[in-house]
Amino acid sequence: MLEKIFFFLCFPSVLAEMLCQPDAPEGFNVRLSIKTALGEEAYEWNRNEKFFFQAAIAYAMSIHLKQEFSVSDVLVCNETPRVSFWFVVTSPANPLLLIDKANVEMAVRKSRNRINSALLLSDTTMEFVGALPTLAAPFIPATPPWLIVFGVVIGLIAAGIVFLLVSTVVQKKRKKNQKTDEEDDDEEERVKTVENRNRSDGVYNASFSDDEPNTQM
Amino acid sequence: MGESKDSVAEERPKWDNKVQYLLTCIGFAVGIGNVWRFPYLCQIYGGGAFLIPYLIALVFEGLPLLYLELAIGQRIRKSSIGVWTSISPMLGGVGIASMVVSFLVAMFYNTIIAWVLWYFFNSFQNPLPWSQCPLNESKTAFNTECEKSTPVNYFWYRETLNITPDIESSGSLQWWMVLCLATAWSVIYICFIKGIESFGKAVYVTATFPYLVLTIFLIRGLTLPGATDGLVYLFTPDWEILKKPQVWLDAATQIFFSLSVAFGGLISFSSYNAERNDCERDAIVVGITNSATSLYASIPIFSILGFKATTAFNNCRQENILTLTNRFDISDQNITLENYDKWFNYLNLTHPGDMSTLPLKVCDLQNFLDQSASGTGLAFIIFTEAVLEMPGSQVWAILFFVMLFSLGLSSMFGNIEGVITPLRELKLVPKWVPHEVLSGVVCLLSFLIGLIFTLGSGNYWVEVFNGYVGSVPLLIVAFFEIIGVIYVHGIKKFSEDIYFMTGRKPNIYWKACWMVISPTMLLVVLIAYVAIQATKYPTYPAWNPDYELFPETEMKPYPDWVFGIIVLLIVMPVISIPLVGLYNLIRCRIKKSSVKASPNPYNNEAFEIETEEQRKQRV
Repeated sequence: MLEKIFFFLCFPSVLAEMLCQPDAPEGFNVRLSIKTALGEEAYEWNRNEKFFFQAAIAYAMSIHLKQEFSVSDVLVCNETPRVSFWFVVTSPANPLLLIDKANVEMAVRKSRNRINSALLLSDTTMEFVGALPTLAAPFIPATPPWLIVFGVVIGLIAAGIVFLLVSTVVQKKRKKNQKTDEEDDDEEERVKTVENRNRSDGVYNASFSDDEPNTQM
Repeated sequence: MGESKDSVAEERPKWDNKVQYLLTCIGFAVGIGNVWRFPYLCQIYGGGAFLIPYLIALVFEGLPLLYLELAIGQRIRKSSIGVWTSISPMLGGVGIASMVVSFLVAMFYNTIIAWVLWYFFNSFQNPLPWSQCPLNESKTAFNTECEKSTPVNYFWYRETLNITPDIESSGSLQWWMVLCLATAWSVIYICFIKGIESFGKAVYVTATFPYLVLTIFLIRGLTLPGATDGLVYLFTPDWEILKKPQVWLDAATQIFFSLSVAFGGLISFSSYNAERNDCERDAIVVGITNSATSLYASIPIFSILGFKATTAFNNCRQENILTLTNRFDISDQNITLENYDKWFNYLNLTHPGDMSTLPLKVCDLQNFLDQSASGTGLAFIIFTEAVLEMPGSQVWAILFFVMLFSLGLSSMFGNIEGVITPLRELKLVPKWVPHEVLSGVVCLLSFLIGLIFTLGSGNYWVEVFNGYVGSVPLLIVAFFEIIGVIYVHGIKKFSEDIYFMTGRKPNIYWKACWMVISPTMLLVVLIAYVAIQATKYPTYPAWNPDYELFPETEMKPYPDWVFGIIVLLIVMPVISIPLVGLYNLIRCRIKKSSVKASPNPYNNEAFEIETEEQRKQRV
């Protein structure tokens, strides 16, 4: 009897060892580069961090398969100083049944952002070997930003051109008006000179006189 | 009284001050080529050693030609067509050739400015659009073309140019490029709207701003890691390379094209000067400033290229470190760049079998430094990639593209001036057409024809224009210019003109250069250039995603009809020289009386008429 109890107590850990192995068909190899990601503030990989990871994976599985997964359903093994390890996920209903790789992958991809931020890592510093990379779709704004800059620049240029053309036209009109005023002045002056000649207002210039007594030698 | 006021309006426009004139000439000479062509030549031709043929070409070819153009323009006080017609009506074709070359160059040069504007508009976002690949249509992976090449290449060839696989497939008008080209021509128009009054003010900014940006980049570049590697690489002289004739040819052509002689723009600019202005000093100032700018620009360019090479080298080694760390499950960050070699040797000793199977890259700094380019490759691919690695990428990108924009704009002023003012002198345009309308029409026409360069195959056409229009015709025009001034006009008359303007006659150096050295050099360069181009059938690098060796560019030969267009482009400007000469020769022979030349303040033909009549009376 005691042997049976002993056997059942040891069974889960033995089972875990059997289910979770390096190169397990339904398992994933995970590589963490904590020092690369955090530098001075790197935390040490210990049991608590491992627990956090398992919880995050359980969370992802719960969301994807809409079943309740718990931390004990995520089995981690073969930890190395790298820090890297293998993990498999067992079904909550049946601890002997492993969730297939495709589902685990989908779950991780869906919640990758949350798993990353839980461990303060990123897509490059926490690598799920063999999983398709999560492609962060580049943010495409409604109007391309370059059109906005273009609009501003072309607006300024158009305003400048209009301003310069209008100011040139206005200047030319002013010059024309000035010219017509001055031409009127000119005409008046010319008229005056004609009048002057008639009135002979000027001083008589004797140098061209025909006065013979003055020029006789 | 009213008549004299009209003649005041016809008086030649003037510079506000000497600084404006010098800045305009310097701005015209200093262009995008100083930044993206000279450093490349320096690099491939043995660094510091290249300076020797370059300086020799400057002293014996560049400065004499520059002085000649500035002097003749200042003396005769007309633009290119007027000047050559004044010297001899048979040389009028030289002016027309200058005008046609200026027009053709203006069209494709402004396309480059449009590309710069496109990159400028796109620099106002985070992250920069050339930093990452877009997703493909099914959103499962990155775009294949981008994956195979790099995001920077993809952004240039696909999102900017949307380039077709070869020059024969024209593709369609790329609307975003049309918008950028329209912006570029609008900027030119607004600067040229009042002629020298408007662009004379603009030049204070466009000619000085590049120096400010270059200084900022110099300071930033020198503080980047790896800058010294780039500079050492640039300036390490390789004296052996001076034995290659190609180096001398490239130095001569670089100086010639860099100084922007033979475009007619410099003649126009100096014709707005006062009559007694020391043009010898001006020529020396402009020539030396141009070369000094090239040298000054190569320092930040190569610091940044050195930084880029070092970053690529470090990334390469980091990839190797990651491979090793993952394979042997070594603790993260135990292998660093510093102790990489020790670990490498240790692992080779302990696990030789595993090490040989690992896909480790060969990381060689020299390899990365060798990857250089000139022209659009430097500005839009290499430099944009370097900017991504610098903190505050947007600021550096914006500064860089504004610098390229002002460099190109100040050169465009000279080009457009070489088109508009000769048009007026050809009397093709009635006098009542105001300057605003004429410049508007020229800009609009150039924009419409320049739409060719916004097609899918536009980049290939820019290369065609750049390689053939902006080279052989200019050499031919310059050769005729120097022959025309020194031999047709006469070296004695020219020396007297210079004595009148500067107060001293040209010394033996200038005379020797003008009469013998420069024409010989030009002729040799022209013949060598044509010979080299003629030996190999012209090919062009095409961006073809279906090419087996993609992302390498595929070298394709030009099809026959493109070859015909190339020949046309070379012949079209130059044909006016013999045509006008023949035309005037025939006219001279048919009509025995002197040719009705336009009123020329330099040559009053009244005396000739009298003497001929006297001769008839005597007979």
